[in-house]
Order: sequence, then structure tokens, then C-alpha cells
Amino acid sequence: MGYLADRLIGMEIQDAELQKFYGKILKLIQGREFGHDAIDSLQRLHLILSASKYTRMLPPELQERLLALLVSSPIEQLQVLSSAVLRETLPPSGQKVNYSQDSSNPPNTHAAALMLSQTASRDDLSSLCTQLMRNLEGRVPEGPVHSLTHTLPILNTILTYSPGSLTEDHVTLLNKKLVDWLRYASTQQGGGVSSGGFFTGPRSRQPGPIGELDGTVSGDFFTVLCVGQTFTEDQWMNVYSFSMLRHWLLTSSSGSSINATADVANRLQLSLSLSLSHSTDDRSEVDGSVVSMVSATSSSSRLLPPKERLREKAFQYCQRIIEQSDRKAQKRADTELQKACLVEAVCILNCVCVEDMSLVYRAFPCVKALYGRLSSDLSYARVLLPIAQFYLNHGDTVAVDCECVWKLVLGRFPAELYNDSFLAHELLRFLRQNLENLSLRVPQYTNAFPNLFKFLAWDSPAVVDDFIDLLPSLVTPGTAVELLHTLLDLPCLSSTLILQLRSAFLPITDSSGRGLLSLEAFRSPNYRGLFLFLLREEAGSGDTIARLNKLHELLAEAVSWPRVVQCAQTVPILLHVYFNTVVKVADEKLLEQLILVLLERSSLLLNIHKYAKEIHRVFSCHLLRFCKLRPSLVVDQSHELLEFAGTTANAYSREDIFTHVVWVLGEHLSVSSDSRCSVELITSCFETLEAVLFEVTSSSPPPGEAHAAPRVITSLMSALSKLASRSHDLIPRVSLFLSKLRTVARGGSVPWCSNEDDLASILTRGEELWSLLKVPSVAQSVLTPPPHVSTPQWHRDANVAMPFQLRALTSLTNLAHSN
Amino acid sequence: MVYCFLIHTVCPGGSRLLYWRVFCPDHSSPDGQLSAEQRAHLQKEELLAVARQVRSAVSLSRQASGRVLMEVAVGEEGVALQEADGGVLRLRAGEPFRGERSALWLAVQSLGFTLLCEPHENLLLAEGTLRGLVRRCLDDLRLLGPGSEVLLKSDRIDVLLSRLLPHGQLLFLNHRFAQSLEKGVAAYTSK
Repeated sequence: MGYLADRLIGMEIQDAELQKFYGKILKLIQGREFGHDAIDSLQRLHLILSASKYTRMLPPELQERLLALLVSSPIEQLQVLSSAVLRETLPPSGQKVNYSQDSSNPPNTHAAALMLSQTASRDDLSSLCTQLMRNLEGRVPEGPVHSLTHTLPILNTILTYSPGSLTEDHVTLLNKKLVDWLRYASTQQGGGVSSGGFFTGPRSRQPGPIGELDGTVSGDFFTVLCVGQTFTEDQWMNVYSFSMLRHWLLTSSSGSSINATADVANRLQLSLSLSLSHSTDDRSEVDGSVVSMVSATSSSSRLLPPKERLREKAFQYCQRIIEQSDRKAQKRADTELQKACLVEAVCILNCVCVEDMSLVYRAFPCVKALYGRLSSDLSYARVLLPIAQFYLNHGDTVAVDCECVWKLVLGRFPAELYNDSFLAHELLRFLRQNLENLSLRVPQYTNAFPNLFKFLAWDSPAVVDDFIDLLPSLVTPGTAVELLHTLLDLPCLSSTLILQLRSAFLPITDSSGRGLLSLEAFRSPNYRGLFLFLLREEAGSGDTIARLNKLHELLAEAVSWPRVVQCAQTVPILLHVYFNTVVKVADEKLLEQLILVLLERSSLLLNIHKYAKEIHRVFSCHLLRFCKLRPSLVVDQSHELLEFAGTTANAYSREDIFTHVVWVLGEHLSVSSDSRCSVELITSCFETLEAVLFEVTSSSPPPGEAHAAPRVITSLMSALSKLASRSHDLIPRVSLFLSKLRTVARGGSVPWCSNEDDLASILTRGEELWSLLKVPSVAQSVLTPPPHVSTPQWHRDANVAMPFQLRALTSLTNLAHSN
Repeated sequence: MVYCFLIHTVCPGGSRLLYWRVFCPDHSSPDGQLSAEQRAHLQKEELLAVARQVRSAVSLSRQASGRVLMEVAVGEEGVALQEADGGVLRLRAGEPFRGERSALWLAVQSLGFTLLCEPHENLLLAEGTLRGLVRRCLDDLRLLGPGSEVLLKSDRIDVLLSRLLPHGQLLFLNHRFAQSLEKGVAAYTSK
């Protein structure tokens, strides 16, 4: 069979062969009896259709027959196969399809699946809803118990992609039914035989009450965390109801057209009638707050409209779930379910409290107690996130200090659970979704980046997307420098986290002799400080380590670890995001500091293959941007920039940055960029660059280095020419060099350039500059164009705007004339 | 609710869709602009895009953890499941679906099982559901053996989904409810 399957997929089946196959199948499924042949053929048909490149259309008779089987066959396998086959084909155009046996009964689950997949119209879906609701309301249907249970999932699907198909009546009815199932499901276990008989004989066994997950007998209403030998239909519906409850509450409240004022008016009326009815009870104070009266007693909730009543019952259900989750489940799968239920319960509480603020006062003690129970248990970390959301949404209402929550979410979780990929995803999503709120209300957030980056350092590919979104919010002027260093040190953090985990698992004395040097270093007290700094939880204790070189040495063997390599690959992207953000918030002083960091760190990077090269590329790009934005930076930082450019070794080892530093010096060291630029400064810069150019073009490269890249030489020549064009007595020196260059190169090969083409381009450039410099005034305007040439603003230029004005006037006068 | 459930290959050779079930049609283009055939084709392309992204995530995750894949024979599905890599991927709005989605995945040997959910879905529940589905798929379909039956016995997966993930609805099932549903599935598959 396996061979056949592969063969069928491998080739596109011929049309004639396929038609024959259709005919064969039709014959097989025409009758009432179905053998293995029919089933096998349908399975093969499904395989062929799903493997096809394009969607096919079945012959009408086959389609009709399959539809008939889907709708009315008592054998489930035929329903399933027909549904699967029909889902892979195009629906018949124009015709009205009947998905159920008769209009009074709703379609079976497989027919409904087909209907939903064929994107029926709103009216069709609406009538489906009506059918389903009628089924829910009326007498117990004759079908098996599960025929009713698919109703809610189908309704939930319709709610998701066509919420308008549900009418007001549907919504009201469903609200009522959900209340019944959630709150009033049977508390007895299901009977053994569902004979449909109306009375049980005296000998029949009493089923007994439902139980809790820890084995005790249940003392309150039925929930998903209750167990029994078998279940009654309404207990099943309890499960399905809770499963869709949150979505229902969210969607039906936002989509509902009942306006807020009508709601308040209802509640006012209700409170009045309640206060009257309570006149015979013990005198409860009728305080000013209207709403607290309504939520004070649960028995009076019968008077609430269906939506509010459901909200109240949902509230009670969640409280019960929270209480039940404290019990120790006997099975591990149930413990996991308890966690999932807690998440859901807190989310629902959050949702209903957003709808009705008064419920916050009732909900908060419950959530707070839950927090107290779970906060010290890291295995419940994922449950604590919705609790944090609750605190964020409603903490202000009850004036509660939420600091402990943030200590957990921004502190302990990233520090200890960075390798839990699900927690990482959910925590980062929580941050993303609440970014505005967090920036306003949680001041510790912007200082938490050393901790948050642990998620990134551990599993960069999975979370880099989240950090691209979060990083801008973490860039503040106060922490910008430290943040830059932290980004550059991410691969070091990655190595450290790996070492931390290994250290916990491997024994202290690893006698196998394979001991990793880096692991030893991690455990050694001499270097503890280095690693502790990387593992710090908050910003503010220093920008970076003084002994970075030492750290990189110790981590030398980590550069080939896949996790570290993956991390290093995401740093350039994040740096781009960082720089793009920092230009918007940085003042001149900060930009100066950042330039220094760029220069300094360009040689202080972990030696991962291609890492330094990529970082240099990013640095160069943004150095250019900074200087273009604030040209005066070049004059302010001229000392450091010249120091960098004057070190010939940099032309070889950090070529990218070197070239760009030379370029910005040539471009922006001028009076037009900054009036403080003196002749002395220009001359000193010129001399520095000249010296480097001489060195680079006089001999072979230093041992171990490749030849200097051509653009190093051309950028030096261009920079020198630009500087000379501003201080004309420097021109002869440049011209002399350029003509000497021409002479030397005419000889053929030179020791400092191995490639003929490269040499040719260098020479060409040299010629251009030499010719340009022969006419100093032209050279000045070409090499140092005044601002109005390089940034044209034609519409503002008085000389140029004139033609536009004239043209506008002319056209207006023409119009006036023609009218 | 869950948007779709996929079974696909995650070996370096390429990602092939072996099984897919979409629960909620994605109305990424208003009706009338695309024909039914075009819409079906588009949907298939989107699912392939998801499978490719998951394969990439699986391969990176396996590379990073440095774990060596051991050959697991038929009959040792429990072991395979314990050793399985799992994770969750964020699919940004527009890549390829209109809204943001989360792709929960479980990779067993060269097979990937993916649940595509709305971002605000209860991921703890989805994770538990996915594990349960994978366990049953491995047990019933002998996916780890040669001559994989997943392609021809997809109706069994359909029935499994119709009970444990009906129309994409995640269910809060304690062990008793789950047992009861699984009995029903076992009854179907034994026929």
C-alpha cells in the first residue's frame, strides 16, 4: 500500500484513468452494502485529490452520491471519507447544497465540517444556527449523546468568522443555555444505560455523586475538574461550554449592540426592585453605589438579563475552578489540565471585570490569594502571566501595589526560566501587548533588558521577532550606552547561559578529563565577577566589563557552539533597530559617546566567524548617518577619530570602519559643517591621513594581513583632496603624491596591490582628483558643495520659485479670461 | 479556536504536507475577488509556508540543542514522544496570514505536527491537546515505521480530530473525559 501511495503522489494521474476510477467508485458506492473495496477506493480517491496540484471537480453523479452518503449514511467511516473527499473538490456552482437529511435536523458533524469549509453565505449560516439552537432547546434528540455535543464547537466556528450570522435571539438563547450547563449540570454520575426509560427499576444501581481530582467527593456544582465513571449529557455540555466560554464572552460583548446607557438603566431599575424586596430581610445598607447591590447576592441574579447572568455564573465557575486547582490531582495529565484551567479562569475573570468594573472588588481577593499560592513555584510560571495581566488591568482600581508581580515577571522568570520556550513566547507576547501600559506604569521595565535578553541569548531564532518589536521601547537616553554594550555582548551572554546550565548538571570535579576550559573559568572565583556581570538582572551597575579581552579569551571555545552562532547572527539586525531608535532620542552628547563606543568595540568582539565583519558593516552605516545628521560631531570627536584613522593597522584589520571614518573626516571637517573648524585642524587631519596613505602605498602589507582594499586607498585620496580643496596650500602636496603614484604604477606591479583591475581603478580615481585639483575653485565647489546644492529645496529657493509663481499666475489669469 | 492542524516532514530534504485540516477558512480576500479554486490554491500555499517555517525552526532548535536523533523503532512510540522537540513560533501579521498567529509544533524524528492558533489562545491547553493528538497518531498509524500509512488512513486522523479537537475547538478534558472520547476513537479505528 505504501508503494502505491508514493506512486500516486509521484505522478499526476492521467485524466482518462481518473475518469475510469470515478466510474468504478460510483459503482462501488451505489448500493447499500459496502465492502473493503469501497472504503479502500474512497481512501485512494482522497489521496489522489489531495495530492493534485489543482483542485478538481467531480462528475455530478459521483458528487451527489457522496453528498448523500455524507448526509444520511449510518456508517461513520463513509461520512468521514465523503466529507474528506468533498472538501478537496470544488463545490458545485450555483446549486443549493443540502447538508442535512431534513430541514428540522441539523447536519451531522462531518457534514457541518464540509459546510463550514465551503464558506457558506451569512443566511445559510444563520439558518444553520437556528437549526442547531432548536436542537438544543427541544426534546432530547434520538441520536447518540455526541450528536448534541458538536453544536457548541460549530457555533464557535461561526462566531469566529461570521459573527453577524447570529441573531439577537440566538445570542439570548445561548446565554441562557450556557448558564444552565455551566452552573446547573447534574452532580450525579451518568447512569450505566441510557435506555431513555422514564423510570428506573428498584434494582438498578444508583450512580453516585461526582468526585474531585484528588479522589474526594465533590461538594459543589459540576465543572471540568470533576470526574465520574460515566457522564450525563449536560455534564458533557458543561465541558463544551467552558471550552468556548472565553471566546463567547469576548465576542458577544464586543459585538452586542446593546448600548451602555440601556445597560445602566436596567441595573438602576434592578437595584430599586432589589432594595424593595430586601425590605423584609435584615436591613442591608442601600449605599450609593448602584452596581454593588446587584452583585451582592447571587440568588437575586435570576433577575439579571441573560448576558449579565452568564457573566455572574462565569465568575462563580472561575472561582470554583481556582479553588479546585488547589487539590492535588492523582494523575499527572490532570495536574497539567489544572494549570490550563487556571490560565483560562484568570483570563475569564479579567474579561468579565473589564466588562463590569464592580466585579473587580470580588475578583481581586481571589486572584491575590492565587498569586500568593503560586508565586514561589516556578512550575506555575505560565499561570502567573495572566495574573500579571489582571494586576496590570485592575491593580489601580483596587489600589494594590503590584511591584512583587513585576519582580517576578521581569526578574525571576527571565533569570531562571530562559530556556522554557513556551514561557519565553508568552512572556514576550505579554510585554508586546501591554507595551504602552508598561512604559507608563512599570518603571522597572526599561532597566530590565539585561534579564530580558536572556531569552534572546538562549533561543534567538524563536524570539528575535519579538525583540525587534520590543527593543525600541527599551532604548532610553539613560541606558543607551549600556544597552549597546549588552547587545554586542549577546554571544558572550549566550555562552555564559550554556555554561551556567552545564555547571549545574556536571559534577564539580569532572574526572573524565574532558573538562572545558570555559567551564573551569566559569567556576573559578578569579573570573566570577565577569560572568556575574553578564548574568546581572538590571541595568545601572555599569556599562560593560573592563576586562572584555580576558572574557573573550576564556570563551574562545564557545565560538563554535551552535546556540552562540545563532545568537551572533541576530545581533546585526537588532543593532539596526537600536541605532534607528537611538537617533530619535539621543542628544549630541549621547551621540558622541556612542561614536566612541563604536570605535572602541569594533576591535573588542567575540571572535565568532564573520561576526566582527557584520558588526563593522552596521557600525559603518550608522556612523555615516550620525555624522550626516549632526556634522558638528566630527569636529567634536576629531581627536578620537583622527587617532583611529591615524593608526595604520586599522586600515587592515578594521577596513570597513576605517574607510568610513576617513570618509566622514573628509566630508564633514569643514567650516560649512561647523564654524569651529580651524585651518590648523584641517591641516593636522590632512597630515595624519597623508602619513597613513604613504605607509599603505609604500610597502607590502604587514605579515599575516591581506593587501589593503582598494577603497581604503581611494577613500584616503578623496579625503585628502577634499581637505586640500578647503585649505589650498595643501593642494601641491596631494598633487605631488598623485603624480608620483601614476609614475610608480606605470612600472607595472606594485607591492601593495596584487590585482590589476584594482590598481587600474585606483589610478583612474587618482587621475580624476589630480585634474580636479588643478583648478582649486572648481575643486572646492565639487568636493565641498555648499549646502543649498547638496540639499536642494527648489520650492523655497527665491530664485527658482519665480517660474512657478509666474506659471501659476498665468494659468489663473487665463481662467479668468476664459470665463 | 485552532485554525488548522498539520502533519508534515521536517527533514532537511524539504517540507511535504502529509495531512492538513483547516477548521476556519481565512477570509483574507473579500468574496468575489478570488474564485473558489484560487482560494483553495492560496490556502494550500499558506499551509506550505507554515510547514517550511516550522521545519526551519525545528532544524535550528535541534542544531542548538546539539541532540543527536536516535533511530526509534515501531513499538517505541512512547520513547519517541518523550524525546520530541517542541516549541512555538510567532507568525507575524502578513506572514503569511492576515492576522498574527502562533504555530505550536512538536517534532518526532522526521515528522512535524503543528497546531496553528490565534495569539490569545490558551497555549497550555493547546500544548496538552497537541501532545495527546501526536501520541494517538503515533500509536494508531505507526508513523515511525516504513510505508507510512498517514497518507491513506487520513480518515482515522479526521475522526480523532472530530473527537478531541471538534471543529478546531480546544477542550478542557480531564482524564476521564479523555478516556471516554478515546474509547470512541478506538472503536472506529478497530473496524
